[in-house]
Amino acid sequence: MITILSFILNVAFNPSNTETTYYLMPYIPHTQEDINAMLSAIGADSIEDLFDEIPPELRCHQLDNMPSSLTEMEVVQLIRQRAAQNKQGTCFIGAGAYEHHIPAAVWEITARGEYYSAYTPYQAEASQGTLQLLYEFQTMLANLTGMEVANASLYDGASALAEAILMAVRLTKTKSKKILLPTTVHPMYRQAVSTIVKNQAIELIELNYTKATGTISPNHLPNDISKQYAALVIPQPNFFGNLEEIHELTNWAHQQGMLVIAVVNPISLAILTPPSEWGEKGADIVCGEGQPLGIPLSYGGPYLGFMCCKKAYIRQMPGRIVGQTIDLDGKVGYTLTLQAREQHIRRSKATSNICTNQGLMTTAATIHMALLGAKGLAQTAIACHENTHLLLAKLANLAGVEFIFDAHFFHEAVLKLPKPVDEVLIQLAAQEIFGGYALQHHYPELKNCLLICVTEMRTKQEIEAYAEALQAILNN
Amino acid sequence: MLIFEQSVPGRTATTQYPAKKLLTHPIPERFLRKRPPELPEVSEMQVVRHYTRLSQKNFSIDTHFYPLGSCTMKYNPRVCHTLSMLPDFLNRHPLSPDEYNQGILACLYELQEILKEVTGMQGVSLAPAAGAQGEFSGVAMIRAYHDARNDTERTEILVPNAAHGTNPASAVMCGFKVREIPTDEQGDVNLEALRQVVGPQTAGIMLTNPSTLGVFERKMTEIAACIHEAGGLLYYDGANLNAILGKVRPGDMGFDVIHMNLHKTFSTPHGGGGPGAGPVGVSERLLPFLPVPIVINYDGQVYRWLDKADCPQTIGHLLAYAGNIGVLLRAYIYARLVGREGIVRIAEHATLNANYLMQQLMAKGFEIAFPQRRASHEFILTLKQQAKNYGTTAMHFAKRLLDKGFHAPTTYFPLLVPECLLIEPTETEDKATLDDFINALTETLHEAETTPELLQNAPHTLPVKKLDDVKAAKMLNIKYTSSSQV
Repeated sequence: MITILSFILNVAFNPSNTETTYYLMPYIPHTQEDINAMLSAIGADSIEDLFDEIPPELRCHQLDNMPSSLTEMEVVQLIRQRAAQNKQGTCFIGAGAYEHHIPAAVWEITARGEYYSAYTPYQAEASQGTLQLLYEFQTMLANLTGMEVANASLYDGASALAEAILMAVRLTKTKSKKILLPTTVHPMYRQAVSTIVKNQAIELIELNYTKATGTISPNHLPNDISKQYAALVIPQPNFFGNLEEIHELTNWAHQQGMLVIAVVNPISLAILTPPSEWGEKGADIVCGEGQPLGIPLSYGGPYLGFMCCKKAYIRQMPGRIVGQTIDLDGKVGYTLTLQAREQHIRRSKATSNICTNQGLMTTAATIHMALLGAKGLAQTAIACHENTHLLLAKLANLAGVEFIFDAHFFHEAVLKLPKPVDEVLIQLAAQEIFGGYALQHHYPELKNCLLICVTEMRTKQEIEAYAEALQAILNN
Repeated sequence: MLIFEQSVPGRTATTQYPAKKLLTHPIPERFLRKRPPELPEVSEMQVVRHYTRLSQKNFSIDTHFYPLGSCTMKYNPRVCHTLSMLPDFLNRHPLSPDEYNQGILACLYELQEILKEVTGMQGVSLAPAAGAQGEFSGVAMIRAYHDARNDTERTEILVPNAAHGTNPASAVMCGFKVREIPTDEQGDVNLEALRQVVGPQTAGIMLTNPSTLGVFERKMTEIAACIHEAGGLLYYDGANLNAILGKVRPGDMGFDVIHMNLHKTFSTPHGGGGPGAGPVGVSERLLPFLPVPIVINYDGQVYRWLDKADCPQTIGHLLAYAGNIGVLLRAYIYARLVGREGIVRIAEHATLNANYLMQQLMAKGFEIAFPQRRASHEFILTLKQQAKNYGTTAMHFAKRLLDKGFHAPTTYFPLLVPECLLIEPTETEDKATLDDFINALTETLHEAETTPELLQNAPHTLPVKKLDDVKAAKMLNIKYTSSSQV
């Protein structure tokens, strides 16, 4: 009793002791007795001895530019402060990342330690939870896109498109390394694709949109390019929210001997034609951003790239794939399969250097899709679409505001302002409205054009407040 | 049972739907789908129960010791998750203005600074989404550097034969040829062999130090000199950074570029295979090529992103947006908890745990791959005698350990050592857990001698017994098909 008391007094009232005992040992459970016993078993005098193979001249000093350690309470205070420094606004920006309702159950379950702190399921028998969930995810994604097979995810939509392009180049029989990449594909996807594929001698050939419609015109496609290209990328909806003529484009690409890579929004697929039914033969590879399926905006990540394809192409598909099998007793179980494609087996000949998928994001998306089902996703898609129309109807009355594209669209649209768009956005933000995305930074020809998205999360009042704020700014 | 098999037509979780709206602005039929996608029709409670029960079929750090070599499966502090899930972080649109995201940008900027200090590098980009993307960016920067100097004959990347499979795969993605370098009997790079292949075609070398063999590369200075004299650059694979935190820094060892696995060293969750984060750090000469965006703070007041316009020589963007921000926030919070005082303790106790395990297992009769060397934060056992004598392979040992409540160590990696287990205990495990693990492994060794079939048919106590991998690959079933679809 006395020793405990003196210990407490020592630790609690001697500042230097407090430091050595608590502050310096974050998440390290060793007592001094443990350390002594372990060192003695090793036959070393001190922990320092264990580093005696590192040449002394390479050793570093204390990392003084690193801040001092904090207790959990101090960290909570600090991070809450930081969170509060982020200023709020009602979000009308889409441009590839969408604020949707996320059921409370999605992250309650996803954050369970058994998912959160598990490793990649290499030890299948000890990972049946994650593996069955991934099998369900693959099924959901395949059903949503109509494709035969899906993988267990990639990093995000942009890197998934890069992987799809690399896959198409591997698959093409003509040995072509040229890809037709329309400028209606998300400009940030195109940037990332360029970074990822440029060192492999792949040429990305831009295909411009028609000014009047903001879509690729099927009437202006070349007809004499047979076998010159490996693939055509078709976004649906495209970056402007406009709907591309998927059937004609797909048929044309296939006639020219190209593969078709579809880039799609999974929420839109609750109501839009699945890529498997584009044209006569359907898209060959489908990829996109899974963030709208239960993943918070989180300032851009982590998100969820997905990829599906025709079954014939599966051996060239990158990323993890889970298969159903049986155990010694004939009981159904799940395991990673077709691993011979992957870097840890094939090394320099692998389909990709990818090791992980976005496990936790896949978990969230799977639970999200199970909760909403086909009906919930369709109602979400319709609510977004109708909300966008509601806002556009209000803005259409504003003097000088123009809709520059004559096209059908899904849940996102472009309008041209009579004032400098960047200034308008700053003024809107000052009123806690994030008014949309200024297209001129990636499309110089779309000066003062604004890409606006209204998801199901925006209330009628918020939509009206936006219209009023914009009116006031434009009248000023 | 699959969630699809619990589906009943007409059942739904309607509370989660938005208020019903009619499609009053019709979309032409050619754009619309004809049938709804086949997704489960289940209630909210069914979903919660199903995925909770599934979770219980997993091993995880929160439930089991995970001595998985090269993966650094340390405890993931709960507070890192709780704080990074604050609504004011989650509801940030990636294209919202910098001025409205100063709190999050401050965290990211400070994380860049912390990572610079920890690695001894001159600049850091947080952009890569995972270690493999970090590797890709690192090699792409090496290429961009040589290209910018019109030094275009450098076509080869050297990789030790013990390297992670991602190393050669990343080099190929950047258009390089890969040449493997042998390892000597002590586990160091074979310097003579290296000298013979280094030349004007050498773009660089990719090294992990401590290496994947669980030992510190002692000829580091000679290797760096050899590569640099030939005009090549040194790439550091940060997979094993946990072992040397605060002890020795890649920048001080002569590396020009490094990637870090924050899901290892900085304790962000593995999440059943992602998301990770793989920031890259560079020396002075590679600064212009860092992937974008990067957070900058010119005046000590306002943080903002640097993008392509600010960094004309950058290798570019790797993702649509700025990176795996949620993961980076967790790493930042972890770094603040650990601090400068704690960081070195991580390496110390990880190394203590590894050396203790190694010595104890050696005493119990296990064959250690490099017994004359210090273990770093991990070490290798070889079970080639047991495989030969009893027909019990490393995989059999691994599966039997699952029965005893331990996640298996990494098996068959590195490829150099036959029938190997790569064991990494991390600093967050206590001595009692290590002792239990030693007992379990020793018991398994006795079982191998007496009842090898107990290992060969393991596991016996998990939700499923040994799975048929061959059937999985041959009779490919990777999607559920309902009876209505057949």
